Amino acid sequence: MTSKVNITINGTPLAVDKGTTILDAAKLLGIKIPVLCYHKDLCIAGNCRVCVVEVVGVSKLFAACATPVWEGMEVLTNSLLVRNSRKHIIELLLSEHNADCTKCYRNGNCELQDLSAEYKITNQHFIDLAHTREYTIDDFSPAIHKDDSRCIRCQRCVRTCDELQSVGALAVINKGDKMKISTFFDKSLNEVVCTSCGQCVIHCPTGALIEHNYIEEVWDAIADPEKYVVVQTAPAVRVGLGEALNLSAGERVTGKMVAALRRLGFNSVLDTDFSADLTILEEGTELLHRLKANLVDKDNKEPLPMTTSCSPGWVKFFEHIYPEMLSHMSTCKSPQQMFGALAKTYYAKKIDVDPAKMVCVSIMPCTAKKFEADRPEMRDSGYKDVDYVLTTRELAIMIKQAGIEFADLPNEGFDTIMGKSTGAGVIFGATGGVMEAALRTVYEIVTGREVPFKDLNITPVRGLEGVKEANVKIEKALPEYKFLEGVEVKCAVAHGLANARTLMDSVKQGKADYHFIEIMACPGGCLGGGGQPIPTTPEIRQKRVEAIYEEDMSMSLRKSHENPEVIGLYKEFLGQPYGHMSHKLLHTDYVERQRY
Amino acid sequence: MGKNILKRIDLIFKEEPDSKNVLKKTLSKSNDELINELIASGLKGRGGAGFPTGLKWKLTAESKSTEKYVICNADEGEPGTFKDREILTQVPYKVLTGMAVCGRIIGARKGFIYLRGEYKYLLKELNAEIKKFHAICDELGLKFRVEVFMGFGAYICGEESALFESMEGKRGEPRNKPPYPSDFGYLGKPTVINNVETLAHTFTIFQHGADKFRELGVKDSHGSKLFSISGDTPTPGIYELELGMTVEDFVNDFGDGDTKAVQVGGASGFCVPRKKFRETRIGYQGKLTGISLPTGGSMMLFNSSRSMYNLLSNYLEFFTEESCGQCTPCRVGTQQLIEGIRAVKRGEKPASYLDKLLALTETMKATAKCGLGQSVANSFQSIVENFREEMIY
Amino acid sequence: MDALQEKIKEVVAHHGRERHNLLPVLQEVVEQERYLSDYAMTLIAEEMGISAADVYGTATFYSFMDTVPRGKYLIRVCKTITCYMKGKNQILMALEEALKIKLGETTPDKKFTLMETNCLGWCHKAPAMLINDDVHTELTVEKVHSIIKEYKERP
Repeated sequence: MTSKVNITINGTPLAVDKGTTILDAAKLLGIKIPVLCYHKDLCIAGNCRVCVVEVVGVSKLFAACATPVWEGMEVLTNSLLVRNSRKHIIELLLSEHNADCTKCYRNGNCELQDLSAEYKITNQHFIDLAHTREYTIDDFSPAIHKDDSRCIRCQRCVRTCDELQSVGALAVINKGDKMKISTFFDKSLNEVVCTSCGQCVIHCPTGALIEHNYIEEVWDAIADPEKYVVVQTAPAVRVGLGEALNLSAGERVTGKMVAALRRLGFNSVLDTDFSADLTILEEGTELLHRLKANLVDKDNKEPLPMTTSCSPGWVKFFEHIYPEMLSHMSTCKSPQQMFGALAKTYYAKKIDVDPAKMVCVSIMPCTAKKFEADRPEMRDSGYKDVDYVLTTRELAIMIKQAGIEFADLPNEGFDTIMGKSTGAGVIFGATGGVMEAALRTVYEIVTGREVPFKDLNITPVRGLEGVKEANVKIEKALPEYKFLEGVEVKCAVAHGLANARTLMDSVKQGKADYHFIEIMACPGGCLGGGGQPIPTTPEIRQKRVEAIYEEDMSMSLRKSHENPEVIGLYKEFLGQPYGHMSHKLLHTDYVERQRY
Repeated sequence: MGKNILKRIDLIFKEEPDSKNVLKKTLSKSNDELINELIASGLKGRGGAGFPTGLKWKLTAESKSTEKYVICNADEGEPGTFKDREILTQVPYKVLTGMAVCGRIIGARKGFIYLRGEYKYLLKELNAEIKKFHAICDELGLKFRVEVFMGFGAYICGEESALFESMEGKRGEPRNKPPYPSDFGYLGKPTVINNVETLAHTFTIFQHGADKFRELGVKDSHGSKLFSISGDTPTPGIYELELGMTVEDFVNDFGDGDTKAVQVGGASGFCVPRKKFRETRIGYQGKLTGISLPTGGSMMLFNSSRSMYNLLSNYLEFFTEESCGQCTPCRVGTQQLIEGIRAVKRGEKPASYLDKLLALTETMKATAKCGLGQSVANSFQSIVENFREEMIY
Repeated sequence: MDALQEKIKEVVAHHGRERHNLLPVLQEVVEQERYLSDYAMTLIAEEMGISAADVYGTATFYSFMDTVPRGKYLIRVCKTITCYMKGKNQILMALEEALKIKLGETTPDKKFTLMETNCLGWCHKAPAMLINDDVHTELTVEKVHSIIKEYKERP
C-alpha cells in the first residue's frame, strides 16, 4: 500500500501517492504546467526550468517535473512570481535560439514556439545571443540534420540516444556558455555511431534535429514527364499519418492514404506490406535453412540465433556494436529494399517501363530508411533501388502542400502486382509483428497446420514490454522437416535499442539459447519510428498498436504465404524462396563499423 | 600584520596532540552524545551555506543503508578563498579525524577528500598523512579509510551534488533537490559532505568540548572562522577571527585606508559599499542588527582606484565559464548579464536596462537549479545597486 | 596492440572498469600523454563500456582535461579578480614575450603552452600561475622571465 500525501494546488486540496511529482499531481486537477526538457519516455532532467512553481513559504521555486510532493505542500502554479519567472526563462531560451521561425522546418509544430505564443513573448527584451555566435549545422547525414542554432539544450535528444536507444552518439559537451549537444569529437552524425533511428528527432522539442527531407526532389520527379514514379508505403504509416493531418491517434487511414498518393501524382501506388509478406517467405526459409544447418549438419557458419534485419536502425546499431556477430543477422533485405530491387526489375518489366526512368519513392515511419536506401549494397536492380525515402511527416507535408482535404478523401485500394498484402504484412509495423508473421508461416510450412494460437493471434510476442519471449513446440512435423520434430523453437522480441542491447548482450555472453530474435530499433516498433508524427508518446504508441492489430483482423488473408501476388512473383520471376534470384535481389551482407 | 582590532583566534592551526587522542575520546562516547555535542557547539557549515553540521550528521546517521560515505569538500574554487588549502597543509590530521568520527557516527567506512585539480601539488603529502592516519585507525580498531579524489578544473564541482556526479565519473552537473545527500549522495548512498574547515572545527569541538567553541562568536553564529583576505590590503593572508564582526571593524583592521568596498563571500557573495560597512556583520542569519552576511570566508578589499564595473564583469566572465550550462537561468542568464552590462557601458542599451537585468537576477535566484545560478544575483545586485553610476559611465 | 592501447588497458585495470573510475583514468592518461586524443578516448570508452561521445562530453566539462595537444609545460595564469587587479595582464604579456607565443598557443618546440585559468586560490599572493602542477606566486615581470629561463633549461 502506498501512503498518501496531502497537498493543495492553487488552493484546491488533494491527496496523492507518495513520490508523485508536482507536475503529475497538477495533471490530476487538470492543471497544465508547461514543460520543455520533460518527456514521458525519458528520465527527469529538470534543467529547462520552464515548469517552475511556487511552494508557499519557500523563496526559491521548484521544478514541478523533478520535485516530489511533501505533506502539507501548498503549490501555486500561476502566481505572479511563477509567471514572471517563467516568462523570463522563455525569453532567455529565445535569446540563444535562432528564432527565425518562418524559416524553420518545425514551424507550426514546435514546443518552444507554442510556449512563446502562449506567454505572448512579443518583443525581445534581452540581447540576441543566437546571431552573434558560430553555430554548427550538420547536414552530412542522409537521414538527420542537426542545427545547433535551434537547440535549446534541453538534452532530450541526449537522454533519448543514451537511455532509450543506448547508442550514445549524442552527448553534452563543454560547460557554461560553451555547453552544447554534440557527438564524439564534434564529428558529423554520419561519421559516428548514430544509427539514424531518428528517435532524437521525434523527441526534439524544436527544429534542432530534423529529418533530411526529400520533398522537393519527389515533387520534381512527379512533375517530370519522363519519369515514372512508384510509391510504396510502410505498414506503420497508415496508423500514424492521420495524426499529422488533424485526425486522432490510432485512426487507420490506409484507404485515404492511397487516395492521397494518387492525387499527389504518383504513377503507381503500391505497398511495402506486399514485400513484408515476401520478407516472411525469404526470412522464414532462411530460418529453416539455418535450423537445419545448425541442428542437423552441425554447421554454424550461419549461426543461431538468427536476428531479423528489417529495421535499418537496428542493422546499423548491430554493425557498430556487435561487428563480431554479423553472421547472426538474417541476410534478408528489409521490405523497403526488397520492394525497391523488384520495382526496377520485375515490376518495371511487367508494366513495361524503362527502369532507368523509374523513380522509386517510399513512405516510411523511419529516418534510418533514408540511410538504408543510400547504402552502396542497395543497388542490385542495377540502379539505386529506392531513390527517395520520405517520412510519414514529409508525406503529410506534401498532402497539405497539395491542398488535399485528407479527412474528406474516399478510401481507395492499392494498385496490383505489388500492392496486395496480408494481415501478416501489416503487423510488421508493431513490435513482435515480424515474429508473429514469421511464426504463422513457418509453423504451417513445417507442420502443414495453422500456428496453434486463437485466431492466429500470437499474443506472447505482442505488447510494449521491452523484451518478450515465446516458445513454439513443433509437433507432427511434415516428413521434410522431421529434424524439427519435438523442437521447441525459442523466440525473443525486443524493441528500442536499449532493450536490443540487453537482449544481444545475453546472447553474446552465451546466456541465451534463442533460435530466432526480432529486433526493432524504435520503441513500439515501426509505429513508434523516428519518422512518425510528433509528438509520439507512450499513450500514442499504444493507440497505434491497437490500430495495427485491428487492420490485421480486418484483412481477408492473414498469412504471408497466402498472398497471391507473392505466390505469382515466385512463380513468374523468383522461382524458390531463398533461391538464386532471391539471393541476387533480396539478400545482402553487412559491414563492420567503428564503435564511436 | 594587521592593526589587531579584531581578536585573533588560534584554534584551527593550533598544534594539538595527534588524532589518536581525539579518536579515543570519541570512541568512549555514544553516537548520540557526540551528535548532541556537535549540535550544542552551534557549528555551521563553513563552506558558505551554513547548514548546521550536527543536524547533517544526525540526518545521515538516521538514513538506512549499509553503505554510506563521508566526503570532505576540498574543491575550494570560490574566488578569494584559499583557507582550505592551508588547513590541509598544516593540520590535515584534524580533518581526517573529523571524517573518521563522522564515519563512525553515521556508519561509513569510507571517506573521500575531493581535492581541486589546482591543488594537485598537495597530493603527495596528503597521501602520506592519510597513510599515517590509517595506521592510527587500525591501532584503535577503527575500520575507516580515506582516499583523495582529484577534481580537474571545474568550479561547479564544489556544489555538493555536482561533486557527487563528478566522483561518479560524470559531468559535474548539479542534481535536482530533493533528494538531499543525507538520503541520496555519492553513488546514491547516504553521504555527509562537509567543507574542510568544518571538519577541522569538529576536531576542536571533540577535543575541547562544545562550550569552548560556542563561547566564541555571537548568537546563531558561533565559533571562529577562517578568513581569506586579499585585494587592496597591506596584510593579505589567512586569519582566524570570531564570527559576528562588523565590516567596519574588519576594514579598520585590514584596509589600506582607502577601502571603497568589501566583497564578502567571493564572486558568489555580496559587495558591501563603504556606506554600509557599519551596519553589516559577518555571520549566519540570526538576530543581528543590520545586515548579516554568511560567508565561506573570502574577504576581498577594493580601494577607490578600482572600477566596480571591471570587478563585476570579471565575476560574470567567471560565472559564464564556470556555469555547468545545464539550466536555462544560469547558462543564458549569466551571458545576458555580462552582455547586458557591456551594452549599457557602450551606450547601446539605456541605463534603465540595468533594472531589467536586476529583475533577471531575481528570476535566476528563484529558478536556477543550484547555488551557483542562484547566487550570481548576490554580487550583481549588490554591485549594480550600490555602484550604478560606475556601470553607466 | 599498440603502446597506447596497452597503456590504457593497464590504467583501466588499475582503477577499475566502473563508471566512477572514469575521472582518475582520464587524469592519468592526460598526465602521461599531455592530452586526450580522440584515439585515446575511443580506447577508454571501449575498455570501460561507455560511449565515446560520453567520454568526450565528460572530458570537455573539466578545464584541465585537454583534448588538443599541449606543450610539456602547461602554463595557466590566473585571471580571476585579485590576480587581475594585481597585474595579470602584464604577467601574460611578459610570458608572451618570453615564450614568443600568444595566449592559447604552444611553442613550436612543443615545450610550453600558455593558457589562462580561473581562481587558483592564491589571491593573497597574486598574481599567480601554475606550471603543470607547480604554483608560482607574487609574480613580477622579472620573476616571470627568470622562471621561464629556468624551465627552458630543463630537459
